[in-house]
This record gives sequence, structure tokens and C-alpha cells, in this order.
Amino acid sequence: MDTATPNAVALQDATVAFRVADGRVYTAVEKANLTVAHGEFVAIVGPTGCGKSTLLNVAAGLLKPAGGAVRIFDKPLSGLNRDAGYLFQADALFPWKTAIDNVAIGLEIRGTPPDEALKRAQTWLTSVGLGAFANRYPHMLSGGQRKRVGLAQVLIRDPKILLMDEPFGPLDAQTRQIMGNLLLELWSADRKAVLFVTHDLEEAIALADRVVIMSAGPGARIIGDWRVSLPRPRDISEIRMEKDFHALHKEIWSVLKDEVMKGYAQSTQAGAA
Amino acid sequence: MSRVTLLSLQVLVAVVTLALWQFFSSVEVFGKVLLPPFFFSNPVDVFAQIVKWFSTGVIWKHLMITLWESILAFVIGSAAGILVGFWFARQPRVAAVFDPYVKMVNALPRVVLAPIFALWFGLGVWSKVALGVTLVFFIVFFNVYQGVKEVSTTVLDNGRMLGMSERQLMRHVYWPSALSWMFSSLHTSVGFAVVGAVVGEYLGSAAGLGYLIQQAEGVFDVAGVFAGMFVLSAFVILIDMGVTVVEKRLLVWRPTAVVRD
Repeated sequence: MDTATPNAVALQDATVAFRVADGRVYTAVEKANLTVAHGEFVAIVGPTGCGKSTLLNVAAGLLKPAGGAVRIFDKPLSGLNRDAGYLFQADALFPWKTAIDNVAIGLEIRGTPPDEALKRAQTWLTSVGLGAFANRYPHMLSGGQRKRVGLAQVLIRDPKILLMDEPFGPLDAQTRQIMGNLLLELWSADRKAVLFVTHDLEEAIALADRVVIMSAGPGARIIGDWRVSLPRPRDISEIRMEKDFHALHKEIWSVLKDEVMKGYAQSTQAGAA
Repeated sequence: MSRVTLLSLQVLVAVVTLALWQFFSSVEVFGKVLLPPFFFSNPVDVFAQIVKWFSTGVIWKHLMITLWESILAFVIGSAAGILVGFWFARQPRVAAVFDPYVKMVNALPRVVLAPIFALWFGLGVWSKVALGVTLVFFIVFFNVYQGVKEVSTTVLDNGRMLGMSERQLMRHVYWPSALSWMFSSLHTSVGFAVVGAVVGEYLGSAAGLGYLIQQAEGVFDVAGVFAGMFVLSAFVILIDMGVTVVEKRLLVWRPTAVVRD
């Protein structure tokens, strides 16, 4: 690793535990080590409920780890991660604001004059392909359009780190591919550090520079780390046809499969209990 | 059903009802008037009474008094409800301490407070306003409390990650959410403000629609009672239409048409 530029995100032995209803402690993530270098796109893949989002929330500063350290650009993180933009899985837009106001808000709260904030918000809406939808309220937009607004809302603040929690999870397959390409296009402009959580291995390989695999919870760990050396710029729908893609997918899946089965077994047991 | 058919059917209901009322209060059926005018009056007399009120102009004073009391009750009750709702929602301990008392006061039928308010605030406008406030306050309070509590955690986290301070969260997240809940109960709270005013007037006052009805009743002027009721309903419907206009403007961002009770 290049020592001159510090890692954008570094989790060292991060452990996350929750107190459960009956007083016991549930350890979601145990001693996870993860780094995201400056300008690197890292995807975390793991079975459902393994604590991928938990790890992301730790990097965002929304959750305090029970043990271990979180360093952002080599400084220990205390409170919220001010360098990060977070794209949530669920709808996180302000439903009482129009699309353009939703995008402009990130600048307005910083003290940017409203005129300028709106102008820049319009530019961002146009670059996510929603230039004509500025005055729509979120409920008048489709799921994919709302994600586009969300992307613009996060990117307008120009965060150094992008945290994404299964952002395209609720979308249909075609829209996901379109959104993936849009994300790569926007990302390639200034190459922010990205930590992208997904349960979809194909999506992870298609998007990322590195794919990190987590084990099934409780006490989930990071059990694998692969570098994706597919050339950029990539087209998500076409890259899936490539030979290297298949080879890598096969290799990672052989590890991931066992964890997915474990995770599945646990979730069905919990359901029966 | 087309608009025209619907409207004509609606008018038909009124015409038939009034015709039956007029008929049974003035024509003997089997040697007996089924609706004796002393108890039921008749539409012609009621209408004459309403026309008289408006042509002489006496009604305006009473309408203005009731309107003024309703507005004051609504504004004061809402302001107090918003403040306390916010306070309780942001300070769960305070809410927990006061919870039994809030429930107790809310369980009390507000009409029994009228005499004590008359004693405290006199027979003028303020005793009616106080009664209206006790009704409006709780509706607004519960809605604002709920609105602040039920802000989606994702939206809240998003606000935080976008860099909002506690004050900005208040302004951009909690406040709009609370207001949307409050507005969705606007019809109920405005209606209760009018109820408070009219009931207060009825129980002791020198002016207002409630006073007018009570006075007519005192001298067995049934036409006057009915006339007062009709004017009151028209008054409430007009206010309600105003509320609908305001609501449509304020809640444009809502996905569905507002549900009201």
C-alpha cells in the first residue's frame, strides 16, 4: 500500500455488538479489518443479515463500534463521519421537499446562498438525467428516479468518501444496470473512495476494484478479499459476458456459497424458533 | 354518476325533506297535525327568521363573535399543542412524567369545564376561547407528538449524514413532519374550535350563535332555534371549505389524498 496517501477508510479489529431484548449481547461483527484506499471502489458482499450494513454504519459514524478502531484519512473517527456521503437502501429523501430542494439542501445547510444552491442542484439533477423533474415531489417519482435524486443529493456535497448501502437493491434488474453505469460514470469523474454494500456478487464484481466477502453472522468476519482487474471504463451489462468476469465470479462464489447456505440455515432456524 | 346528476340528487334530498316537514307541520293527516308547529316550527317560518336576521343585520355581530372566538381558540390551542408536543417528543422523560395527567385531563368531558371557565374568565369572549383551547390543544398535541416521534430513522440519518445540525434537523425534518400530522387533523381541530365557542356561548354569554340559539330556546321560539342551527351549519361548512383549500396547498407533497374523519 502506498504510504504517502493515507487510506480513506480503515477499520481495525472493529467489533459491533447490540444489546438484544432479553438482555443478552448479540455480536454482529467481530474483529473486522477493512481498508479503502484513496480513490478505490470496494464492494462488500455477504449473506443477508451478516452485518454488512452494520459495518457501513460504523464507517459513517452512525454506529459506535464496541471494540477496535475506525480511522478516516488516518484520523480516528469521533462522531459522524463528515467526509462521507451516505446513500441509503431505504427511501431517505425528504418527502416534503421537491427533487431540486432535496438536492440543494446539502449545500443550503452549509450556508451556500439559495440561488447558487438551486442552480447547482439543477446541474446535478441534469447529470443524473432528471433535469425535467426538478419540481416533482419524491412520491411522484419512480423508485429508480428517487435513487437518482438520492445520488445527486449525496454527490452535490462532494464528499471524499461514498458509502452505499445496497442502494439499488429495491430496483428491478434493468434499472439496476442503468444505475450501476450511471454510478460508474459519475465516479470516474473524480474517483472518490467508495464502500459499496451489496448481496449481489455480480454487481459487486462489475462495479468494484476490490470485492470483500463477509461470513455469515453472528460474529461476522471478513473472510476474503479479491482484486478485480477488469479494465475500466466498464459497461455493467456487457462486462458480465467476459471470460475474466466468469473466472473471478466462480472463484469468489465458491467461498461465498458456503456462507450463504449458513446464513440461510440460521435465518430459517430463527424463523422456526 | 356525473356531477350534474349527483348535484340534482343532492338538491332533491333537501327539497323532499323540507317539503315533508312543511306538509306535516301545516296539513292535518287523519285529523291530526303530525309535527305540531309549537315543537317543530316549519321551513317557511325558519326561512323567514333567517332572512330577518340577515336583512336587519343582527346576525353579523353574533357570527363575528363566534368566528373570532373560534379563531382565537384554534390559534392558541394549536400554538400550545405544537410547543408541548415538540417538547414531550424531544424529552421522553418529561413525557413519561406527565403522561398520566395528560391522559386524565384528556379523558375529562370538556363541557364540565365551561362553568369554571365562566367563573375565571367571565361571560365574555375568553371563557369560550378557553373551552375551545382545551379541545384543540389535545388534538394538535397528540398529532405533533406523533409526527415528531414517527420521523423515519432513515430520513433522520440522511439529514445527519448531509451535515445537518440539531437545529437544522428541527427545521428541515422534525418540523415538516410534525406539521404534516397536524394538518391532517386540521378539519377536526378547526371543528372543535367552533364547538368550544358555541357550547361556551350556549352555557352563558351575551353574544354569538350559541347565545342566539339559547335565547330562542328560552322563549320557546322553535323557528329561532332551527334558524340558528341552519346558520351554524352553513358557517361550519364555509370554514371547512376554507380549511380544505389551505390543506391542499400545504400538503401537496403527500402521496395520497388526505384521509379525514
